[in-house]
Amino acid sequence: MTAAILVGILVAGGVYLVLQRELLRVTFGFVLLGHAVNVLFVAAGGMARRDPAFIGQTDPDSAADPLPQAFVLTAIVITFGITVYLLALLRAGGPEQDPEQDPEQDPERDRDAGADEGTEQGP
Amino acid sequence: MSGAVLPLAVAGPLLAAGTTVAAGRHRVLCRVAALSITGAVLLLSGWLLARTLDGSVLTADVGGWPPGVAIVFAADTFSALMLGVTALLTLVCLGFAMASGEDTHPLYMPLALVLSAGVYGAFLTADLFNLFVLIEVMLVPSYALLTLTGTRRRVSAGRLYLVFNLLASTAFLAGLALLYGVTGTVNLGELAGAARTSPLVALAGAVLVLPMAAKAAVVPLHSWLPRTYPHASPAVTALFSGLLTKVGLYVIIRVYSVLFDGERHYLWIILLAALLTMVVGALGAVGENTMRSILAFSMVSQIGYVLLGLALFTAAGLTAAVFYLVQYVLVKTALFLCAGAVEVTYGSGRLGEISGLGGREPVLTVVFLTVALSLAGLPPLSGFVAKLTLIRAAAVETEYLAVAVAVAVSLLTLLYTVKIWSGVFAGQPSFPAGDSGVVRNSAPRARPTVVLPAALLAALSVGLGLGAQPLLVAAGAAADGLADPSSWVREVTGG
Repeated sequence: MTAAILVGILVAGGVYLVLQRELLRVTFGFVLLGHAVNVLFVAAGGMARRDPAFIGQTDPDSAADPLPQAFVLTAIVITFGITVYLLALLRAGGPEQDPEQDPEQDPERDRDAGADEGTEQGP
Repeated sequence: MSGAVLPLAVAGPLLAAGTTVAAGRHRVLCRVAALSITGAVLLLSGWLLARTLDGSVLTADVGGWPPGVAIVFAADTFSALMLGVTALLTLVCLGFAMASGEDTHPLYMPLALVLSAGVYGAFLTADLFNLFVLIEVMLVPSYALLTLTGTRRRVSAGRLYLVFNLLASTAFLAGLALLYGVTGTVNLGELAGAARTSPLVALAGAVLVLPMAAKAAVVPLHSWLPRTYPHASPAVTALFSGLLTKVGLYVIIRVYSVLFDGERHYLWIILLAALLTMVVGALGAVGENTMRSILAFSMVSQIGYVLLGLALFTAAGLTAAVFYLVQYVLVKTALFLCAGAVEVTYGSGRLGEISGLGGREPVLTVVFLTVALSLAGLPPLSGFVAKLTLIRAAAVETEYLAVAVAVAVSLLTLLYTVKIWSGVFAGQPSFPAGDSGVVRNSAPRARPTVVLPAALLAALSVGLGLGAQPLLVAAGAAADGLADPSSWVREVTGG
């Protein structure tokens, strides 16, 4: 039950932040969503069985399921990498990027899209 | 049956990616490494196809653990076919990137190779969590490729793409957690048919399939694709169009075949999504006015056709879906490569800004016309065979509404390809003004190497139209494996 409430709060906060315009808030939103899924995974392993999974020391019936923990570890690494990339994108967008301006409302959008390409070829 | 070579399809390109990073500016070495490893994967897929055509399944238990504990790679006809098509397209797109000079960016080759490794792995794995990891392996380079040459427009397109795909990945992971919570396993083989008996598993399966539908740009989750793909550089768009959304489609088909065991109860949802996708994509394409944005919307529309085959879930329907998927990926990539060749040479893909290419670029014009008519489904091209088998399969199931929509959308397809034709290839020659403001009527023509990749794919489309039988047989074998996944399940679970 605690896990369910925690996941609910994290998802609510994450979704709220992802829907914001600023990329920094979106980044934090994804951090929260990532945590929500991690808690969900740990909960999927069974909340009642919480003892450390040591062979020969713990009763297998009460040992925590190690597989979701391995999943969570992988997911954390991926989330971390993506967070760093989002922050880099924030930096790259930098001073040019005006968060108030919606790219879809830009009347030059299609013209730019056509003209941008093909003209530049790497650094 | 042992398929110990299967993990090499992932490991090889990853190693080559490392090599290309180390080789740095040594471009010849990079090119040789990238092309030879992709060629090797193509050969591997040919071998796999020959081995699996009789319905047998090759598996590899990674790490040598016993089945049930090990992470399993498995190849059946469907996987082998998809692997082959992707390797071929990667080869062609890398060729285009070399011809158009986009691979001068030191990170282009490594990123493209890592992306292809993720796609190959996603087609071969039989473990859902491993699938998630491999999809991330595929997506992370794609985020970087999209914004590689960071103009402002590309960064904001990249932002949209990133946020949307990240949200889908997170939802997919949540689906996995729910599935594990209900069943205690993420091995697709052990989950066979589980969604049929337990509504809870079906719900968790739906949470898995929905993000994949978003990644495949199925209406109403499609809006990110037409807003992002046209903004990438031409070689990157072609690569994405051939590789990325197909993984979404592959996963939907595989999961529905195994986890849901083709449960007829939910097929109407897929049918509804398929019809909506076909119509909305085609209508959107008619309204666009640059070559690549038309093609991006048209991609959405074609995905609907593949889903229609799945929605029938008969042997004929699945055969049509697999055949359609294979030929449409080739045709669509060829179209993006044509648009790319125009943009690389003339600096714009906007209809009306360039016109009259018909007289100047005879080869490119013929190539474009061939693939465009194939997309619309005119005989004797591959698109005709694909649409005919699909519509026949729908008619046999008395889904007459689907038949009518499929035919009507074909007409819309013809409409928007004619729009590109009249905007770019027909009429008096005129080209955008250069830096000096003078209209460059003496602009350089497209180099043969830039047109060659698209021409190869167009030739393949003609070949698959005139000699469709071998691919139809392979698609039929793949469909048998999907309609009755028992031998796949047996091999994957080691039973």
